[in-house]
Amino acid sequence: MKWLRRLVILIVLLVAVLGGRLFLGGHSDESAPGATSQVSAATLKDPALIARGKYLTTVGDCVSCHTEQGGADFAGGRILPTPFGNIPTPNITPDKATGLGDWRFEDFWRALHDGIGRHGEFLYPAFSYTSFTKVDRDDALAIFAYLQSLAPVHKPAKPLGLSFPYNVREGLAAWRALYFREGVYQPDPTKSAAWNRGAYLVQGLGHCNECHAARSAFGGTHALPLSGGRIPVQDWYAPDLSSRAHGGLQGWTEQDIVDLLKNGQAAKGAAFGPMAEVVASSTQYMHDDDLRAITIYLQSLPPRAAPAPAGPVPAATAMVNQGAKIYAASCADCHGKDGEGVAGVYPPLAGNSSVLDPSGLNAIRAVLLGGFPPTTAGNPRPYSMPPFAQKLSDADVAAVVSYIRHAWSNDAPAVHQRDVFKYRHTPIE
Amino acid sequence: MNVRIGEVQTVEVGSSHRRGAGGAVLTAVLAILLAWLSPLRAAAPGDNAAPQVPDTLQQRIAACTSCHGVHGEGSPGSGFFPRLAGKPAGYLARQLMYFHDGLRKYAPMEYMVRSLSPAYMREIAEYFAAQQVPYQRSQVPHLPATTLQRGEQLVTQGDPALKVPACERCHGKSLTGVEPDIPGLVGLPYDYISSQLGSWRTGTRAAAAPDCMSEIANRLTPTDISAVAAWLATRQLPADTHALPAGSVTPPLVCGVLAGKGGDGT
Repeated sequence: MKWLRRLVILIVLLVAVLGGRLFLGGHSDESAPGATSQVSAATLKDPALIARGKYLTTVGDCVSCHTEQGGADFAGGRILPTPFGNIPTPNITPDKATGLGDWRFEDFWRALHDGIGRHGEFLYPAFSYTSFTKVDRDDALAIFAYLQSLAPVHKPAKPLGLSFPYNVREGLAAWRALYFREGVYQPDPTKSAAWNRGAYLVQGLGHCNECHAARSAFGGTHALPLSGGRIPVQDWYAPDLSSRAHGGLQGWTEQDIVDLLKNGQAAKGAAFGPMAEVVASSTQYMHDDDLRAITIYLQSLPPRAAPAPAGPVPAATAMVNQGAKIYAASCADCHGKDGEGVAGVYPPLAGNSSVLDPSGLNAIRAVLLGGFPPTTAGNPRPYSMPPFAQKLSDADVAAVVSYIRHAWSNDAPAVHQRDVFKYRHTPIE
Repeated sequence: MNVRIGEVQTVEVGSSHRRGAGGAVLTAVLAILLAWLSPLRAAAPGDNAAPQVPDTLQQRIAACTSCHGVHGEGSPGSGFFPRLAGKPAGYLARQLMYFHDGLRKYAPMEYMVRSLSPAYMREIAEYFAAQQVPYQRSQVPHLPATTLQRGEQLVTQGDPALKVPACERCHGKSLTGVEPDIPGLVGLPYDYISSQLGSWRTGTRAAAAPDCMSEIANRLTPTDISAVAAWLATRQLPADTHALPAGSVTPPLVCGVLAGKGGDGT
C-alpha cells in the first residue's frame, strides 16, 4: 500500500506543481517585496500599537515555536517534528540578514493571512496560517510593529529536514486546496460580543485547533473543530474541548477553564505536556476578559456523541487486578483511593479526560514522565508527580493505566504493554 | 467535628437553664464563638474530609525526591541518580537552568524543569543544598591498583603533559566543593562521575563558556576517566563534608561558571 500512496502523492504533486506555478505567477507582481509599504515607519513605532502587539503576540504564543531551547526569544531554530520531517522555525526578530528586518507589513500580512512567504513561496502549514488567516489586519499590524521593535538577533535559518516529495513547496498547492480556507474571522451577529471575541481568539491567534483536532494522513484538519486529537510525532493527545455531554471538559465550570488557562491548574485537572508550555508562555498572561470570552466560546461547543462502551476485556482482568495493587501502593496517596484527587493540588483521575482519552497516550506518558504543572503567578510553587519510568516495567505501567481507565466511573479501553514500550522511547523535543 | 461542636452547645444550653439570664448571655457568647470557630474546624482533617496535603516544599517536589531521595541523598543502589544534599545552591540552581536551556541533555530532567520559573528552581536548589544526611557508599568496579594510582595522581596533582590540572585545584583540597558554584566530588557513584565526564566529551553536558570542564574532559583518555571516577568513588570521606567557603581556591582555568575568574595557568 505504501507504493500506492507514493504514486498518488507523486501524481498530486505533478498537478500541484503546475497549479502552484500558475497560482504564484498570477500573484507575484501584486505585492512584490521592495515596493514601498503603505504603512509608514512612524506608525510602526507607535508605542501604543507596539504594546498591543506585544499582548497579541503573547496570546498567539509566537515565542514558543519561534524560540529554540536555551535560544534568544523569537530568533527561531526550534525544530517542529512532523510525520513528513523536521521543520525548523525561522527567526522573526528584525535582523536584516536572517530575520524580518527587510519585511514590510504587506509581506508579513501575506505570510500570516495567506501562508505565502516573502519571495512568493508557499509556507509549510507547520506555521499555523490555517488559523492565523482569521486574525484581522489591525491585530496583524500590531503584532508586526511589536516584532519590528525587538532587538535584532543574527541567527541564520537551520536547513529544512524534509525529503522528497515534501521538500517541493509547490506541492503545497494541493494541500492548500484540501485544507486551507483563507479569510478573516467574521463575527456571528446572533452571538454576544464576548462569544465572538472568544471564537476569534480560539479559532485565530490562539490556534487551538492545530492541536485539539485530529489530523489526516496528509496532516490537515478536517475533523470536527476542537474535538480532540493525537499530536503526531510528539505523541500527546490534545483533548476534546466541549464541556457538554461526552465532551472532554464535561463538568468543567467557567471557573475551572479560566483557572487552567491562568494558573495551569484547576480543580478538575492540571496542564502538562505541551499545554504546560502554552500556559507558561501564553495563556497565563491573558487578560481576564479574554479568558472569560474563550471560556464562553468553549462552553458553547456542542455535546459530543457517546463513545462506544469499552466492554469487558477478558485478558485484561488479571492486568487490571495487578494495576489496582500498583495504584494502591504508588498513586492513591495523592490521587485518592477513589481517584478523587485533591482539588487544585492533585488532579482527580475519575472522569479526567486525560485519563480517558481514546489513545491512552496521556495517562501512559504522565505515569512515565511525572512532572510539574507550569509555574504561574497564580500557582508559583506547584505540587508535582514523580516519574515512574525508572520504577515500573512496561507491563506495570500498562496495568496501572488500564486500571485507572477502568476504575470508578471510568470506562475506557485497556492499554497495551507495547504502547508503553513505544511511548517510553518517544523523544522529548 | 460537627457532632462534637453540637455536643458542646447542648451542654452550655443545659447550664444556662440552671444559671438564668447571666448564663444565657454566656451561652450567646459561646454560640458566637463556636460559630466563628466552626469554619476553621471544618477545614481541619476529619473523618470524611479530603486528605490533607502538607504545605511543604518537600511535599511539592515529590517529582525530585522520588529519584534523588527525600533529603537529596541520591540513590547509591542504582549508581546513577546523584546525591544533591549539601551541594552548593548556586551550582544546583545552575544545573536546573542548564537542563531547562538544554546545555545539559537528559530528557527526563529537561521535561521536569521545562515549565518551571527560575525562582522556583532556585528554591528547590536551596532545599537540597541545605540538607545534611550521611553519605552512602556505592559499588565500584574492580580495577587494577595502577589505575587507582593514576586516578589519585590526576585528582591530587593533575597531568601537566595533558594540560590537566588537579581536580583539587578547583573542587578544594578536601574535594567537598567550594561555595557557591563548585560542586563536591566526594561520595558520588562511579557510574555517575564517569558518565558525566563522558557527557562533557560528547557535548550532552555543557556549561557557560568558556566551559573548562569540557576542555579538561576532552584532554583525558577514556582510561583516565575510569581511573578518576574509581579513585573518587573509593575515597574515604573527610570529617567535614561541607563545601569550602567562597574564595577558597584560585581556579587554574578561566571558567564561564565562575564568571570568568581564575586562569593562572596549569
